[in-house]
Amino acid sequence: MIKRDLVIVGGGPSGMAAAISAHENGVKDILLIERDQYLGGILNQCVHTGFGINYFKEILTGPEYAGRFIEKVKSIPDIEVSLKSLAVRLTNDKTITFLKPGKLETIKAKALVMATGCREKTREMIHIPGTRPAGVFSAGLAQKLINIEGLLPGREVVIVGSGDIGLIMARRFALEGAKVKAIIEIQKESRGLLRNMVQCVEDFDIPVYFNHKISWIYGKDRVEKVSVVKVDNDFNEIPGTLFEIKCDTILVSVGLIPENELIEMAGVSIEGDRTSAPGIFVCGNSFKIYDMVDSATEDSMLTGKLAAEYIRNL
Amino acid sequence: MKLYDVAIIGAGVIGTSIARELSRYRLNIALLEKEEELAFGVSKSNSGIIHPGTQNPPDSLKGKLCVQGNFLIRKISKELGLDFKEAGELIVSFNEGETKELLRLKEEAEILGVPGLRIVDKAWLRQHEPNLNSEAVCGLYAPTAGIISPYRLVYALAENAVRNGVEIYAETKAVNIARSDKYFEIDTSGGMYRARYLINAAGLFADDISGMLGICDFKIKPRKGEEFILDKKKENLAKHLIFPLPSKTSKGVLIIKTADGNPMIGPTAEEGEDKEDLSTSEAGLNKVLMSARRLIPAVDEKDIIAYFAGLRPWSGNDFIIRHETKTHGFINVAGIQSPGLTASPAIALMVCNILNKAGLGLKRKFIFRSHRKKTIHLFEIPLSKTKDLIKRDHSYGDIVCRCEMVSAKEIRDAIKAGARTMDGIKFRTRSQAGRCHGSFCTTRIMKILSEETKTPLVEITKRGKGSEIIKENRSTERERV
Ligand SMILES: Cc1cc2nc3c(=O)[nH]c(=O)nc-3n(C[C@H](O)[C@H](O)[C@H](O)COP(=O)(O)OP(=O)(O)OC[C@H]3O[C@@H](n4cnc5c(N)ncnc54)[C@H](O)[C@@H]3O)c2cc1C
Repeated sequence: MIKRDLVIVGGGPSGMAAAISAHENGVKDILLIERDQYLGGILNQCVHTGFGINYFKEILTGPEYAGRFIEKVKSIPDIEVSLKSLAVRLTNDKTITFLKPGKLETIKAKALVMATGCREKTREMIHIPGTRPAGVFSAGLAQKLINIEGLLPGREVVIVGSGDIGLIMARRFALEGAKVKAIIEIQKESRGLLRNMVQCVEDFDIPVYFNHKISWIYGKDRVEKVSVVKVDNDFNEIPGTLFEIKCDTILVSVGLIPENELIEMAGVSIEGDRTSAPGIFVCGNSFKIYDMVDSATEDSMLTGKLAAEYIRNL
Repeated sequence: MKLYDVAIIGAGVIGTSIARELSRYRLNIALLEKEEELAFGVSKSNSGIIHPGTQNPPDSLKGKLCVQGNFLIRKISKELGLDFKEAGELIVSFNEGETKELLRLKEEAEILGVPGLRIVDKAWLRQHEPNLNSEAVCGLYAPTAGIISPYRLVYALAENAVRNGVEIYAETKAVNIARSDKYFEIDTSGGMYRARYLINAAGLFADDISGMLGICDFKIKPRKGEEFILDKKKENLAKHLIFPLPSKTSKGVLIIKTADGNPMIGPTAEEGEDKEDLSTSEAGLNKVLMSARRLIPAVDEKDIIAYFAGLRPWSGNDFIIRHETKTHGFINVAGIQSPGLTASPAIALMVCNILNKAGLGLKRKFIFRSHRKKTIHLFEIPLSKTKDLIKRDHSYGDIVCRCEMVSAKEIRDAIKAGARTMDGIKFRTRSQAGRCHGSFCTTRIMKILSEETKTPLVEITKRGKGSEIIKENRSTERERV
């Protein structure tokens, strides 16, 4: 079995920050594995601005922000990057197995940082009833289709959830000439940043329905319409408030979940800011959901330092 | 125009089972399916349980065929390279009244010939099913109950049937049927077909097909079942298939193990009218959750990663399988409600017998290729084996669907085996079916499908025409196809 000092799983901003900081703190043998074909993680599809305000004191796009870290990582020979590499098993003795085209590798590390990011909650997780036609997307998938692939998922869109991702995608669809017919939010206010409410929604005259939820999805093959109903503060439907919106697309943007399956399957739990297995660290969105990449970067820098200290003290 | 010996309408588990069974004989066979892919009817949305034969009246046809089917499926799954797992089932009793009922079930099932039944006590339950509600007093244990992937069964049957000469036509909807002296003329959305014998295996629409030949003495009613799939992480929630005592209309809400590893809870049983209504509801969810928790209290709503509804083609209390002597050569295989999946191999044999009696000479071929090579799924093999596979073919290491660990190679193989839609790929490979529900892998799979089938991305569908995934391609490197 191959031995390495530090293995970092996840090449998004957090994994890269942890790698850079571990290196700054003396680790000379770092393997950074990333399942995608490039570093940068989810930032690659976030072509809007608003990144780096705290960390760089500049307003950058997602790819620009990621780009700075990618440059830095590439300039450090002690950090080996393995792309298209998916970690599939972790054990609590810090052994990690990953697959990549042509190879399955198992590595025993002195320390491990898990920076595997998060996934979106799906329609299924919030149990929106009705049919299951084509045209229901997570906001992140729609973002990838538009920004990376140049594919337009729909022309008449209803968005579920008024968090930042939902708001930003409302603007994105509007800019593509699609009609964003409504944003439906079950809470009484947006969880998103005020600037996004103004720049993404008000500037584009997109109606937002607070205290509302989708009560049914219609359409056999493709989404045809939704019914929407007002809810009280306990999320109970208020009779007589139901109305319908014609649309061909529904974006679900109702929150993020840290991706911790590998850690869980290893029987390791996250306790405060560390894990139950000494030498296994978690950072970034797989540790907790951050509103801003800037703070994820800062915390992950600290994780990199902790991992370096752990290795030094072995 | 070619005259087929046999035409079968409907490529669900029943139609494909019959086709494969008939492909042993020297016959020209056409299997016609209206959907873009096979198994898109009832056979895609069920519990995947190979029932032992309990919970059936002892004098019923479905009970008899179920017990036979349970026996036959073992050989078939071996031949077709499918995993049949004998998980065993427990019907659980919570009080004396229920225990009485349990004993009655046992007696009836024994008359049907269900093997190995026994009553297990509380101590047994605690030891063998630790998550079960501790208030359960005893259970009826049926060791022969098993699980199989229902759609992969259909695809395997179809592939093997084709290998033995059956012709399958998808997107071919029968719209009108006439009977001349010598043969049936089946007018379809894909042209005219002629056959000497005609088998109606049209599932929910079997009454429409039968009606086209003037036989209208049964109606198919859709009885909806909503099911909820849990995260694979909870694979060990239950060790057996767990049932409550059956009600009048159904076997009740169960804790199901699936061939893919994900536990499932459901199904409901709701009478309806609309044969295309596959919606799921909040009421369905609440009912399933409540009933499932009565069996296993640890069932957690947060673990639900997917849901679906299926419609049981229900027509009275039993299957209708008969030669319509007034329309010689026409065989109805209708009302194949649960346990139709289990009974399918036995139904196929029964239909062969009926055909034989009706005058279709069944002569065995010299060569019948009974075996099909097992499809590789990384999720079901140990990593050590995966390592060897990747060495042999690099693209096994190119993972497309991370939640379910599905490689580019498996996606391409599925397309080579006939998948044409995103759902078709999902059913064959489990990609897009995990906890992220396709958020991360949809684009990559669309591109592979587009590439392999030379179809523009805008024409890639979820499950056939009308269900296109995207509306427009605006990329600068617009498609070359
Ligand atoms: C919720 C639920 C759970 C179940 N669980 C189990 C279980 O655990 N175990 C078990 O044994 N059974 C179970 N069943 C029952 C089982 O699924 C069915 O008995 C079985 O799938 C029926 O198969 P089929 O081939 O008759 O129908 P289908 O799969 O519906 O096949 C019929 C086919 O005919 C096609 N067709 C219809 N009209 C035309 C036309 N005009 N022209 C061409 N083609 C046409 C349809 O598109 C379809 O593909 C369950 C059913 C449901 C709904």
